[in-house]
Amino acid sequence: MSLVMDILTICAVSAGALFFLAGTVGLLRFPDTLTRLHALTKVDNLGLGLIVLGLLPQTSSLLFAVKLVIVWLLVQLSGAVVTQLIAGAVRHHGADG
Amino acid sequence: MSIASVFDIALVALILTIGASAILVRTAFAAVVMFVVYGLLLSMAWVRLHAVDVALTEAAIGGGMTGLLLLGAVARSRSVNVDSVRVGYPLRLAAGALCALVVAGLAIPILHPPEAIPTLAPTVMENLPPSGLGNPVAGVLFVFRALDTLLEKVVLLLALLGVWSLAPDHAWGGTPGLQVYARPDPTLIFLAQLLPPVGIVFGIYMCWVGAKGPGGAFQGGTVLAAMWLLVIVAGLQRAPAIGRLWLRGLLVTGPVLFLVIGLAGWVFADAFLAYPAGYAKPLIVAVEAALTLSIAVALGMLAAGPPVRAQQQ
Repeated sequence: MSLVMDILTICAVSAGALFFLAGTVGLLRFPDTLTRLHALTKVDNLGLGLIVLGLLPQTSSLLFAVKLVIVWLLVQLSGAVVTQLIAGAVRHHGADG
Repeated sequence: MSIASVFDIALVALILTIGASAILVRTAFAAVVMFVVYGLLLSMAWVRLHAVDVALTEAAIGGGMTGLLLLGAVARSRSVNVDSVRVGYPLRLAAGALCALVVAGLAIPILHPPEAIPTLAPTVMENLPPSGLGNPVAGVLFVFRALDTLLEKVVLLLALLGVWSLAPDHAWGGTPGLQVYARPDPTLIFLAQLLPPVGIVFGIYMCWVGAKGPGGAFQGGTVLAAMWLLVIVAGLQRAPAIGRLWLRGLLVTGPVLFLVIGLAGWVFADAFLAYPAGYAKPLIVAVEAALTLSIAVALGMLAAGPPVRAQQQ
């Protein structure tokens, strides 16, 4: 049973790390602010989500698991809002405003 | 080499790079952004050193609050175009030499550590149980070095007085001019309605848990201040006029309660800032709760800046 859990952890965390890598490449390579933001939000949602999902089988108590999920939700919230704010600022003032 | 030490070396390299770029970038705004990133990375370093209390303080104060104050300073100095101001070479040389002196002073004990590193940690752990506290950091702050903690909070009030004294005469007692957005932004309003309930519970929890685990008045107070500022910045609530009695009352509640309990220690426990046997923990928790409120209000008002408008009747 614990082997299955460990395999699940390794797969999910690796997939999450891959999203972080892809998001970072996107941040560096994409041409303008909006597409860069697009790449970043993928990292927040899917990358961190997969890592949290992978860590859940390794938690010792339910409380700890709930804390992990709350961290993911809060990061998602802040990521989504900050992205909206930056995108709004770009639309109003242009990319260097 | 283990994965942990690879991580540590990468972290140190990253901290040095970010620190260097905070100095080297051309614009003040970019330097502040680097400074905030630097603070967050530094708090990760503290976690690696198992100093979670310091990590929380660094993330909350060093990264978050100081970053916000610096951003406010950059925004206020836009009118004088701070990036075009050139500092003369003598001043730069003096700043560089002083920084080098500090680094050298820090480097000497690290590169040549004494045979037996002086530590008070065993003494602290030995004398902690009578206080009823589980967190040695809280023990040092509120039992062994309570005077330092008390004075630290008074310094915070003095800093706020310093900011307030920048007010023009006609605005004295009026409302601070914290205004980031010209018109209310629906996304920000959404966040300011959604996040504070979570943040306020979290801030109170951090203060409460400080007696037995990492956390405490400063960290909890910073989270509360952040929630308050979020509501103000989103335009849901105006910053209060600094002449308000409730505001001034909240500001001094923590230090005054601390001082009263400290003075009572002379009567009931034979020394200033000593706690009567058996009452240490409840008294410390009461002081921490009051301090959390005072710190939250003080930090919030520090970030809100000096008053710019006369109080509206």
